[in-house]
Amino acid sequence: MTEDVFTALADPTRRSILDLLATHGHGTATSLAAELPVSRPAVIKHLAVLDRAGLVAARRHGREVRFVVQPAPLQATAAWMSRLAAEWDARLAAVKALAEAAEDDGSRE
Amino acid sequence: MDSIEREIVIGAPVERVWDIVTRPEHLGRWFGDAGAERDGDTITMTWKEHGTAELRIVREEPPSTFAYRWDANVGGIGDTLVEFTLAAEGDGTRLRVVESGWESLATSAAEQERLREGNVGGWKHELGDLERYVQSVPV
Repeated sequence: MTEDVFTALADPTRRSILDLLATHGHGTATSLAAELPVSRPAVIKHLAVLDRAGLVAARRHGREVRFVVQPAPLQATAAWMSRLAAEWDARLAAVKALAEAAEDDGSRE
Repeated sequence: MDSIEREIVIGAPVERVWDIVTRPEHLGRWFGDAGAERDGDTITMTWKEHGTAELRIVREEPPSTFAYRWDANVGGIGDTLVEFTLAAEGDGTRLRVVESGWESLATSAAEQERLREGNVGGWKHELGDLERYVQSVPV
């Protein structure tokens, strides 16, 4: 894992590529370009970034190269983001408790 | 995917919430658990079990905007931007927090491994700790 997963996911076209691969199970640079508003060479560059991030893998089928989603980095990243979101929810709840308690007794520290 | 956005509505005036969010004596209660000290634009947070973290304040516009950079989430591989926005809503306050900057982080192989290991049970355990902590916050 050398390429940063977040860098790979920051681009909307790359997120669309992952969505399409997840929906169809697999895809080629040609099939992806047909469904996206970008050229086949651009799709190939995006697939290379996703590949370096470990988010897709290439499989040769006869004369074509099919790409599939590699879910592990996505799942790890999603779990990590969920955990951070939950931490912020807990912190905001603590701010609310402190602010409202202080408000109830009318005191200021 | 490159930011976390959360918000909450609080039954207290904006000025009161501003104090809670920004002042060290309050930060040491809801954010850290062992105090906080401010020196210039830097607030040093202390946790009993996790050591310290520095919040480097980049925006401070009372009582609506407070932002800092820190690296406590992903120690050693970079920092993120945390922005609080406060807005009056009826008699209360809508408090919003946005944490961003992940796309600029270079996630190390070791960190990825840690994330994978934490994927199944680890973060649920930490979440449980956090919930107990919040319930124990003195009010």
